Amino acid sequence: MIDELFQGSVLIGILYSGIRLATPYLYAALGETVAQRSGVLDLGVDGIMLMGAFAAFFVVFNTGNLWLGVLAAIIIGSLMGVLMSIVSVTFQAEQGISGIGLYLFGLGLSSVLFRVMIGSVESVSGFKELRLPVLSDIPVLGEILFRHNILVYFAYLMVPLVWFLMEKTTLGLKVRAVGQNPEAADSLGVNVNRVRYFGVIFGAAMAGVAGASLSTGLLNVFQENMTNGLGFIAVALVYFGGWRPVGVLLGSLLFATVNSLQLWVQVKGIPIPSDLAVMLPYILTIVVLIFSSGQIRQPAALNKPFERSG
Amino acid sequence: MRAKTTIGIGLVLVALLALTACQGTAPGGTTTAEGPFKIAIVMPAPITDLAWSQSMGDGLKAVQAEMGEDKLQIAYSDNMFQVADAAAALRDYASEGYNLIIAHGTQYGNSMFDVAKDFPETSFAWGTAVDTGESQGLKNVFAYEANAQEGGFVNGVIAALLNESGVVGVVGPVEAGDAKLYIDGFVNGAKTTKPDLEVNVSYTGSFGDTALASEAANTHIQAGADVLTGSAQQVVGAIGVAKDKGAKWLGTQSDQSSLGPDTVVATQVYDWTGVIKDMIALNQAGTYGNKAYVLTLDNGGLKMVFNPQVTVPDEVKATAEQAIQDIKDGKIQPLP
Repeated sequence: MIDELFQGSVLIGILYSGIRLATPYLYAALGETVAQRSGVLDLGVDGIMLMGAFAAFFVVFNTGNLWLGVLAAIIIGSLMGVLMSIVSVTFQAEQGISGIGLYLFGLGLSSVLFRVMIGSVESVSGFKELRLPVLSDIPVLGEILFRHNILVYFAYLMVPLVWFLMEKTTLGLKVRAVGQNPEAADSLGVNVNRVRYFGVIFGAAMAGVAGASLSTGLLNVFQENMTNGLGFIAVALVYFGGWRPVGVLLGSLLFATVNSLQLWVQVKGIPIPSDLAVMLPYILTIVVLIFSSGQIRQPAALNKPFERSG
Repeated sequence: MRAKTTIGIGLVLVALLALTACQGTAPGGTTTAEGPFKIAIVMPAPITDLAWSQSMGDGLKAVQAEMGEDKLQIAYSDNMFQVADAAAALRDYASEGYNLIIAHGTQYGNSMFDVAKDFPETSFAWGTAVDTGESQGLKNVFAYEANAQEGGFVNGVIAALLNESGVVGVVGPVEAGDAKLYIDGFVNGAKTTKPDLEVNVSYTGSFGDTALASEAANTHIQAGADVLTGSAQQVVGAIGVAKDKGAKWLGTQSDQSSLGPDTVVATQVYDWTGVIKDMIALNQAGTYGNKAYVLTLDNGGLKMVFNPQVTVPDEVKATAEQAIQDIKDGKIQPLP
């Protein structure tokens, strides 16, 4: 029975699904990485994703223009980020509580807007599978990597881009500085709050795109609370990835691939109780987290509002 | 810093306000001593879920349309997946003098019984359930459930007949209750029709994990399935996957044809209007509960709705109709 999993086509299927399933986690967790590196824990990711998912869906539903939908998700996501920044950076409210508040706000508002403006579950024609020329014809590798919709490719492209932003640009240096030692950064003339606004808004815009990748890429529907807590998993993946883009990539891939593996285990009729199978990705993530926790360096000023002394 | 905490809590309150805005009151007359009959319902998922919650919401709206908005007033609280929230809502509605309060989720049972004890002249209804609380001395609780396996069996028959690849896939939510009944019936119907058919069943472990359900549908199709089915509100994305990949879909709970006009072949629809009307009539006659309802194909509570936009070969339809008749007559046991 188990050997059925090791057929070539099944292995390809597991990896292919894993790549696609990781997409929303990747956008959301990469964005959250930047926010947390600037010292702000934004627990509102799931709510922002819902708002982004709704915005993108609503625009595509009415105009049919997919890129306009992504743009709408970025704008609405950013606005949610502005709200989070005002509360947690300018007014220095406790970050955990404001994040949960933002989550509930996004959950409620996206549901209300959905009922008022759409009313019933509808579907749209979302981003189609885009087979990259030449690359998608490579045996095995091409089938796994290069037969996805364009939002999937962009998600993976964001990994080096966010790494470059954080490690190789002045802005990234400032983000790391205000997340590590805001007093020192401030004394060097860095506007701590402005950099944190950037971190939070960037993270929120990415969460908005994560939502769009669900409602106009993977699922092509909007449903109330459709993220089902996916945003909270993304926050956990930031810790898992040790606040590094590559770590986040590995975490997202591990979580998504194990999830797709357990689907195949069930589909192939391997006799494991379904309740146990669906727990697999979570158990594995926790186990890896335990073993890797020794090397994790949390941004020193995470969760600490900055107030200029003197 | 007290000020900061206040701001944080303030934002939470604003958010809660936005959430409570989801609780709707359908338009109705004003309450007087001889005012309209008032029904309140608490449901676990959105009333727009195209599945379990919507089936009851649609039933209530249909009865309201028939009786008139001045005669029947409806209030609902949806997205009440947390039992503690649901319990509070149930008690609120009871205190506000609603005549019939529906706890539309198996998980609400114990909380609902507690409230029902304190309001003996208010009717309560609970589903999926068969227990009217009689053993606890309660006389004001109705119970209701659907024989989901009946339409499941019929859908299984249709799936087996439409299938060409030899593989059929099932996108299940949680391996329990209504979903398990439906899926067991489906597998039995498919296997009875074509004994060598491969029916692959997977569960996502959640009712609302739309992303995982759509990936499950993808997995089934990669494993060779060309006809799919599934249950709960999570399937809305899975239907889209079936549509994109040219597979057929068989639905349950609420009519899902709108999501895939060329994909959804047939749906088992739960029609609660008969149950609702009977509960209203009993309540008005002074009987507040103590009756259990079961939706079946035979009593018309379960309806097999074919999507007119999908052409089904006549012999497939005839075999399905025959299966429906045999289940009604008791010649077929939908569960193995």
